[in-house]
Formats: sequence, C-alpha cells, structure tokens
Amino acid sequence: MRVSPRHAVAVWRRNLALYQRTWKLNLLPNFFEPLLYLVSIGIGVGSYISEMGGTSYVAFLAPGLVAVAAMNGASFEVTYNAFVRLHFEKTYESMLTTPIQPEDVLAGEILWAITRGSIYGGSFFVVIAAVGLAPLPAALWAIPMIPITGLLFAAIGIAFSLRIPSIELFSFYFTLFLTPLFLFSDIFFPLEERLSGVWLWVAEGLPLLHPVRLVRAAFAGEFSPRLLWDLGYIAVVSGVLMVLAARITRRRLMD
Amino acid sequence: MPRVAAGFPARDPAPGVIVECRAVSKRFGSRLAVDAVDLEVPPGLCFGLLGPNGAGKTTTLKMIYGVARPTSGSVRVFGIDVAREPRKVRARLGVTLQENSFLERLSPVQNLTVFGRYHLLPPAEIEARSDELLDFLELRSHADLPVTALSGGFKRRLAIALSLMNRPELLILDEPTTGLDPAVRLSLWQRVRELRSEGTTVLLTTHYMEEAERLCDRLVILAEGRVVADGAPRQLIRDVLAPEALELEVAPEDERRVVGDLDGVQRLRSGRRLMLYVRDAAALLETIRHRDDGPARDPGSVIVRPTNLEDVFLALTGTRIEAGEGGAAAVDAGAAA
Repeated sequence: MRVSPRHAVAVWRRNLALYQRTWKLNLLPNFFEPLLYLVSIGIGVGSYISEMGGTSYVAFLAPGLVAVAAMNGASFEVTYNAFVRLHFEKTYESMLTTPIQPEDVLAGEILWAITRGSIYGGSFFVVIAAVGLAPLPAALWAIPMIPITGLLFAAIGIAFSLRIPSIELFSFYFTLFLTPLFLFSDIFFPLEERLSGVWLWVAEGLPLLHPVRLVRAAFAGEFSPRLLWDLGYIAVVSGVLMVLAARITRRRLMD
Repeated sequence: MPRVAAGFPARDPAPGVIVECRAVSKRFGSRLAVDAVDLEVPPGLCFGLLGPNGAGKTTTLKMIYGVARPTSGSVRVFGIDVAREPRKVRARLGVTLQENSFLERLSPVQNLTVFGRYHLLPPAEIEARSDELLDFLELRSHADLPVTALSGGFKRRLAIALSLMNRPELLILDEPTTGLDPAVRLSLWQRVRELRSEGTTVLLTTHYMEEAERLCDRLVILAEGRVVADGAPRQLIRDVLAPEALELEVAPEDERRVVGDLDGVQRLRSGRRLMLYVRDAAALLETIRHRDDGPARDPGSVIVRPTNLEDVFLALTGTRIEAGEGGAAAVDAGAAA
C-alpha cells in the first residue's frame, strides 16, 4: 500500500493542532538547552581556549549545536510522544478507523518530527545569527540541513520506538545513544585531531557527525566533496530505516 | 428542537447486504480467535454481535473495517473486498472503539475537526457537520471545553460523534454504553434508533443483554470464535428456551431433593441460583412446593418471570457465573425490565 500524501498531512495536522495549544510549554526547554551549552561551554570554557578549528571556541561550537537542536526536536517526537500515541492514547488505532492506512501514519509522524526538529534548529539558528555567530549569507546554507537532520533522527527514532516493548527503554536511547553522539560528533572538538587510523573510520558511522559537518561547512562557507558522502549517508540511512519502519508499522498497527 | 438529520436523509434502495463475512477465521499464534464465522448484516438494521469476553467480537469487527486480516475466508462491506480496498470501505463507515481516544487537551469541536480531516472533508463541511453533531449528541454546552474536563457520558457521546463525521452508511459500535449511567445509556439508545430510522446500518457489540434485546433487530451470539445463534432476539428466546423462567436459591447438593428430575425442564445454574425454564413457571413452582418446604417457600428467593435474552446467552455460551460476582443480580435486573 502506498502513502497517501493527503492522509499523511491529516496525521501531521493532528499533531500540529495539539502543538498549537502547547507550544509555549514545549518550545522553551528545548530552545534553552542548546543556548545554555553555548553560554556555559562556548563562552565559559571557551574563554580558556584561544582558538579551535581556526575560529573562537564559541564560534566553533555554534554550528554543531544547530544540528543538535534539530536532532533533539525530532527525537522527542518519534520516541516518547509516538510511543504514547501508539500504546497508551490509542491514537493510531482511532486513525485506522478512517481511510488512513499505517503507511500514512508513519509518513505523517516523520513529517511532524522533521517539523519539530526544524522549529528547534531554526529558532536556535535565528538566535546565533542575531548575536553574530552565523556568518551571513554563507551560513544560510545551514537552513536546509536542519530538516535533513530532522529526517535522519526521525527515521532512527521511529525504527527504535516501533520495536521496543516498554517505554523505559527510551532511557537507553537517550543516555547511551543520543548523549554519546552529542559528545563525540565534532561538536565540542574536531574528531580528526583526536582520532587516528581505524577510529576515524569508526567515527564515520556516527549519525550526528554528518549533519554537524554539513552545518559547519555552511558556516565556514567551504564546500568539499566529502559533504556529498555526508549527504549520501543521511539519505541511505534514513531511507533504509524508513522502509524497515514501514514494515514494522504495518505489523504494529494491524492484526 | 428540530432534530438534525445525522445520517444520509434518503438512501438508495438496499444493495443487498452491507456486511458479508464468508467462513472468516483469524488465528493468533496457536489460538483460533475467530473460527469460520458467517455473517450477513442486511441494510437498515441494528445488528448485535454478542458473546462473552474473548469470544472474538472485537476481532470480527476489526476484520470488517479492515484493520485485522482474516487468516482465511472473505469479508465484503458494501460489496467491496475490505482486504483489497480498505480506504474505500472505511470512507463509508464509522467506528466507535471500545476505548475512547481523543486529543484530551483540545475541545470537542477541535477533536471533530481533526477527525474530519482524517476523512479529507473540506473545511466548510467539517464545520457544518461538527455543528450538526454537537446538537445530535447534545454536546453543545461543552463544545469548547478541553476534553479532560468532560464526564464519562460526554466523552462517550463525543466518541460516537467522531465516528459520525463522515455521515457513515454503516456505524460500528464496540461496547458503546459500557460504564455509562442509565440516563446516558437511554439517550444513546435513542440516538442509535434515530440513525437507524434514517437508513444507517448499525453493527454493535455489547455485554448488556437488555441493550441487545431492546435495540437490535437481529443478533449473532459468538462463543469461542464460533457463531452459536443467529436471529431476532425474541425469536432466539423462543427457539432456545421455554417462555417462562423460575429462579430459586438452591445449593447444588440440594438440587436433586428439591427439584428432582423433572422431565423436559431446562436448567441453568449460577452459583446458588438455579433457573428453570418452562411453559408455565407458576405451575412448576406449585409442584416444587408440594415436594419440599425449603427454598421454594422462601418468597425472597423465588422469582417468576418471562425468559429473556440473558438466559439465552447463558444457555448458549455455557458461561458459568460464579456466585458473588453479581451474576444473579444481573438476572434479577433483567427480570424487572
């Protein structure tokens, strides 16, 4: 069965309707998180660091945090929220009494996670641009990277959420997956200067590394062919996981 | 107050059958939840699907609206193969699930709007239809409060309103009145009758035999995934049991002494409660009183009443209601009705 775009949009609009009611409560904590890192690590720790990657430390940190904001926004949506909708609120069960099919539910949820990732990543981008940390206009190239980051982490998160039997397992996802990604994906220090040999290849497997590189390249206004590999990685991993998720969705939503 | 038309005002002549299940089975692992069920729901009726917990009612409904796939057999709704064209079928039916599912922080109107979008209804139609349904299900006074602030009765009415957004030709209600107070229940029955009189076919499951008896034109009783009875409620009562019931409080060990082995008397037992079905219950009571001066003389324990659907249900599904679980009380309530 194919995705029906209009039904997927109806699923997306369901989430939007709820978000419009609660956005103030939801937006603030997620919005402040990267800002707090920027101030504490960027300015606080950064004042002991004369330069990193050719810029001030806070300027080095800023692009990576844009990608992190997009990752967090998308991740919450497809983990806790999707799990609650699936198991507790019976949202999908009720959608499936209408012409909506499981594939539409999945597409709508991924679209929504991208939207939320974009809201977080986008608003953080606006803040750092306002304080002069995003060199314009080159840094504008970072904007399309925000939904792409959302897509990658929506696909990873939904594939995980659909498989796990209990909500407690999300603490593994956040603590043992997203947090290490946050710490070791070129955000706080250039991986290439710390790693060597085979470890550099292992690091290429880290999903967050690729969006961070893309955003950083946009901020620096430097294109390199390696960015195509980063884009390709995101496209392939997202694509494969979405196909996998589509299969599990059908099993989970239908008997 | 003018009653708003809730279904299609005028319907084309009946296309034969609305729901047609042919030898439908559903297996979950080693368990056969539904076992070769044949079902035919004619248009314009209120059709009941009864059975004890775990009899396969909800699974059967799910196969009808295309969310569960039959392991074997075929399901056609409006003449369409549900497995092939679930979207087409679901566009024309509405389902009220056993468990309510809302956007709890949003209002009834906002919930109706979101649901209307699932059916791809245009905004003007969503607004008009929500407005009609607020009146039809008496939700107007709470239309703009968050759903969290609504009582159980309001929530259930909202759930039914959601399933009517697309003006369904077939309305499927899975235990629509479970847990509701009698006033709300009566009002919902009235709404169902109105929908039916406008031509909507209704397919419902219930655990309340009184509800089935008063609301359903036809019903099917399922037990362990199989159809054990099919017919109009009154006809089922006539076919399965004698017309009158005599209820006595008799311990199993005293049964032989008190009742003996009366020929041609059907019996059911629920804990200490013994039910006997005969043509003339008063005469039977006299006979028993001649034999024994124990339980049959205790006026508090004896009830003579017409046989009802609950008796038929218990007789056919073989349900043993243990004493102390309110089973006998439920039978008394049936007698009073």
